Amino acid sequence: MSSEAMDNARAADRLREGDRARQAPPSAGAKKLGGMVGWVDDRLGPAKGVNYLMKKVFPDHWSFMLGEIAMYSMIICLLTGVFLTFWFVPSASHVPYDGSYLPLKGVHMSEAYASSLNISFDIKGGLLIRQMHHWAALMFIVALSAHMLRVFFTGAFRKPRELNWIIGCVLSMLALVEGFAGYSLPDDLLSGTGIRAAQGFMLSAPVIGSYLAYIVFGGDFPGEAIIPRLYGVHVLLLPALLIGLFTAHIVMVAVQKHTQYPGPGRTNENVVGFPVMPVYAAKAGGFFFIVFGFTALLASLVQINSIWVYGPYDPSAVTAGSQPDWYMGFADGALRLFPGWFEFTVFGYTLSLNVAIGALMLIPVMYGIMAAYPFIEAWVTGDKREHHLLDRPRNQPTRTALGVAALTFYGVLMFAAGNDIMAIKLHMSINDITYFFRVAVFVLPVIAFWVTRRIALSLQRADRNLVLHGRETGRIVRTGEGRFFEAHEPLDEFSRWKLVGFERQAPLELTAGTDAHGVANQSAKHAKLRQRLSRFYFGHHVDPVTPTELAAAHHDGPAHEAIGAGEGAHAGAH
Amino acid sequence: MNALARHRRHPAAIALLLLLGLIVTGTAYSALAPKAATAAVATADQVTEGHQLFLTNCATCHGTGALGTDKGPNLAGVGAAAVDFQMNTGRMPMAGPGVQAPRNVVTYTQEQISAIAAYVASLAPGPAVPDAALTSGENGNAGTGGMIFRTNCSMCHNSAFAGGALTRGKYAPKLHEMDGKIIYEAMLTGPQSMPVFNDTNLSPQAKADVIAYLKSMHEEGNPGGMALGSLGPVPEGLVAWIFGLGLLIGGAYWLGQKGA
Repeated sequence: MSSEAMDNARAADRLREGDRARQAPPSAGAKKLGGMVGWVDDRLGPAKGVNYLMKKVFPDHWSFMLGEIAMYSMIICLLTGVFLTFWFVPSASHVPYDGSYLPLKGVHMSEAYASSLNISFDIKGGLLIRQMHHWAALMFIVALSAHMLRVFFTGAFRKPRELNWIIGCVLSMLALVEGFAGYSLPDDLLSGTGIRAAQGFMLSAPVIGSYLAYIVFGGDFPGEAIIPRLYGVHVLLLPALLIGLFTAHIVMVAVQKHTQYPGPGRTNENVVGFPVMPVYAAKAGGFFFIVFGFTALLASLVQINSIWVYGPYDPSAVTAGSQPDWYMGFADGALRLFPGWFEFTVFGYTLSLNVAIGALMLIPVMYGIMAAYPFIEAWVTGDKREHHLLDRPRNQPTRTALGVAALTFYGVLMFAAGNDIMAIKLHMSINDITYFFRVAVFVLPVIAFWVTRRIALSLQRADRNLVLHGRETGRIVRTGEGRFFEAHEPLDEFSRWKLVGFERQAPLELTAGTDAHGVANQSAKHAKLRQRLSRFYFGHHVDPVTPTELAAAHHDGPAHEAIGAGEGAHAGAH
Repeated sequence: MNALARHRRHPAAIALLLLLGLIVTGTAYSALAPKAATAAVATADQVTEGHQLFLTNCATCHGTGALGTDKGPNLAGVGAAAVDFQMNTGRMPMAGPGVQAPRNVVTYTQEQISAIAAYVASLAPGPAVPDAALTSGENGNAGTGGMIFRTNCSMCHNSAFAGGALTRGKYAPKLHEMDGKIIYEAMLTGPQSMPVFNDTNLSPQAKADVIAYLKSMHEEGNPGGMALGSLGPVPEGLVAWIFGLGLLIGGAYWLGQKGA
C-alpha cells in the first residue's frame, strides 16, 4: 500500500470519529436480511453461498454467451416439452383419425400420430408450442456446437478444464440421441422412416446386431414397444442425464473460474470482468428473454416438421427428401457416401460394414477423438501447466488448422446428407454430387488444414508487422534532405499487448537416445514420435515481438525495416 | 322402413330387385371397365390436321411416321392421353436435349393439341384422354387417396409434393399443378421416368382418390408459417444455423457492448 493510500485511510477514519458503536445483530443473517429471506437464512443459511455466487466475477465477451444460448434453449425445450406431454399419447395402437384436419379424416393411424395431430390442430396454442419445442431443440444443438467450437479454437479445454471438456462432449452426444428420440416420437412418415433406419443400423452391428434390434424393439420392426420406450427415454432418462451433467458442467465453470481472452491486466491468475450481481444477473436474465422471444418468433413465422403433410407412418411407404434433423445429418451423409460393395460374408454371416461404419461407428469414434484431444495435445506439446488465458486462434496455427480440417470433414458429411435436395434445387445429377463428396471428404480437410494454417501464420505476421512498424497513416512525409517516407503511427500499449502477449512456440528437442553412460533410453521410441508430432504442431511458427525487437524497430526509424518476420521453419516440418 | 318392410314380399319386388342389380352392375361396369383404348371423338379432319402439325413440330425427333428416331421415342401406342399430358405441360416439343423434358410454357391451343393427339392415337391403340368425371377429384376419397399417394407416389414426388431427385440429373417434378386431368394422364401414361399406373394396377376410382387427396391438401392449406419449400429438415437446419445462430449471436454481441 502506498503512503498516499494510508493517508486516505486515516482521513476516512477521522470522518467516523463521532459515530455510535454498532450493536452486534442477533444473527449474521438478520443483520442484512430482513423478513422472509432472513427467516430462511436463519434456518438454512444460504446467504453465504449466495453472497459468494453473487459476487463471482465473470469476464465479458459475446463468445462466452454461446453456451448460454444452449442453456436457454434447453430450458425452453423443458418448458414446452412439459406442455406437450399433457396431450401426447405415446402409444402405437391404431385408431381412426377423427380430428379437424380433413385430408386425413378416417385414416387409421397410431395414437401417437393422432395425438400429435391433435396437438397441432385441436389444442389451443399446440402448434406454436410444438414448433417452439422443435426449433429450440435445433437451436440447443446449434448453440452447443458453436460453444464447443469456441472452446476448442480458443484452447479453453486445456488444463485444468479437460474434465469439463469431456462432460461437454458427452452432453453433446446425449443431445443428439435426445433429439433423435424426439424426432421419432410423432410416428409420422418421416419419423417412422428414421426409426426404420435406426433399426437397420442396429442390425448392421457385427455379431450382436439382430439381438440388439430385437431387444430394443421388443421383437421385429416396428412392433408396438418402440414408441413408449422412446418416450420414456426422451422425457425421463435423457433429460435427467442432460440436466445432471449440465449442472456438473456449470458448477465446474464456477469452481475453476471462467477463462478470459488475453488483454492488458488480464493474467493467468486473475479474472477481469463484472460480478454476477447486478451485471450478469441482468445480462443473463435479459438474454434468456431474448432467446425465448426469438424462439417464439421463429416458431410463429417458420414451419417446422409439418407432420400432417408427411402422413401416418406405414412400413410400406416412404417420402422423397427423407432426412434426419441437421445434427444427425453427418451420420446420414456418411451412410450415403459409403459404397454399397463394402459388405462381406464371413463364415456364412453377413458383415454389413457399408452401413455399420458410417451409421454406427462414426459417432462414438468421432466423440472419442474429440474427448481425447486435450490429452493428445498436452502430450505432444509437453505442456502440463494450467491455462486460464485463452488463445487467439491465429496464435495456435496447427490446432486451429486441425479444428478447421475436422470441421470440414464433418461439414462434407453433413452436406452429403442433403445430396438429393441439392440435386433438385441446383439441377445437378445426384450421382455426380455423391462422387464429388466421396472425394471431397478426404481431400477438402487436407486443403482446409493447409489453407487455415497459412492464413493463421499470415495473420500472425501481419500482427507482428503492425506491432513493429505501427499503423500506416497514408501520410507521406518529405524530409529536409528530400527523402520521402510514409509516416507510421505506433500502436498504443493496450492494442499492442493483445498482439504480443502470447507465448513463443518451438518444437520439443529430442532427448538423446542413450544417456551419458551409453545406456539406451527406454522411452526413446515414444520420444521420437513425440518430437515428430511436436514438429508438426510447432514446426511453423511466428514469434511474438520481443521488447528488444520493438526497441530496435523504433530506433531504426520509420524508413528502415531491419527486423525480420520472426518466423521459424524447422526441418522435417510440413 | 315400415313401407319397405310391408312391400318386400310383393310379387314385383324380386323383379325390381333384379332390375336394380342389373342397372347398378351395368353402370359400375361401364364406369370401371378398362376402356377401349382409342381417341373418343377423332374426326378424319382432325387426324389430317394433327398429322400436318406433327410433321412441322414433332417429326424432327419422333420421325415423319412417328415411329421414333435416335432422338425421340416411337409414339405408336402412347395414346392421346400421353400427347395431351406432354403438350399441355409444355414438355413437348422439347426446348433442347437433356436428361428429361422440363415443364415449360404451353404454346399450342387445346385444338392443336387435340389434333396431334388424334393423329398419334390413330397410329395404334393407346390410352385416351380421361373423362372429366374421373379427373375432377370430386368423386374421390381424400383419406384413401392419401394412403395410395404415400405408398406409390411420395417416394419420388415427396409427401409434401415438393418433388425429388432421381438418378443422373433426372427428377420427379413438384406437384403444384392441381389440374386433375394432367395428374390423371400422368398416372395413366407414365411420362419419362414415371412408372405407368394403368387401370389394372390403379383403378380409375383410385386415381380419382389420389386427385381428391391432392386437391384437399391444396385447399386445406399448410399452417405453421413459412414452409421453406416443404423440403423438410435440410432447410430447417439451414435456418437454425444461419438465422437462429446469427441473430442470437447478434443479441449476445449487443449485450456484450452494453456497459456494466
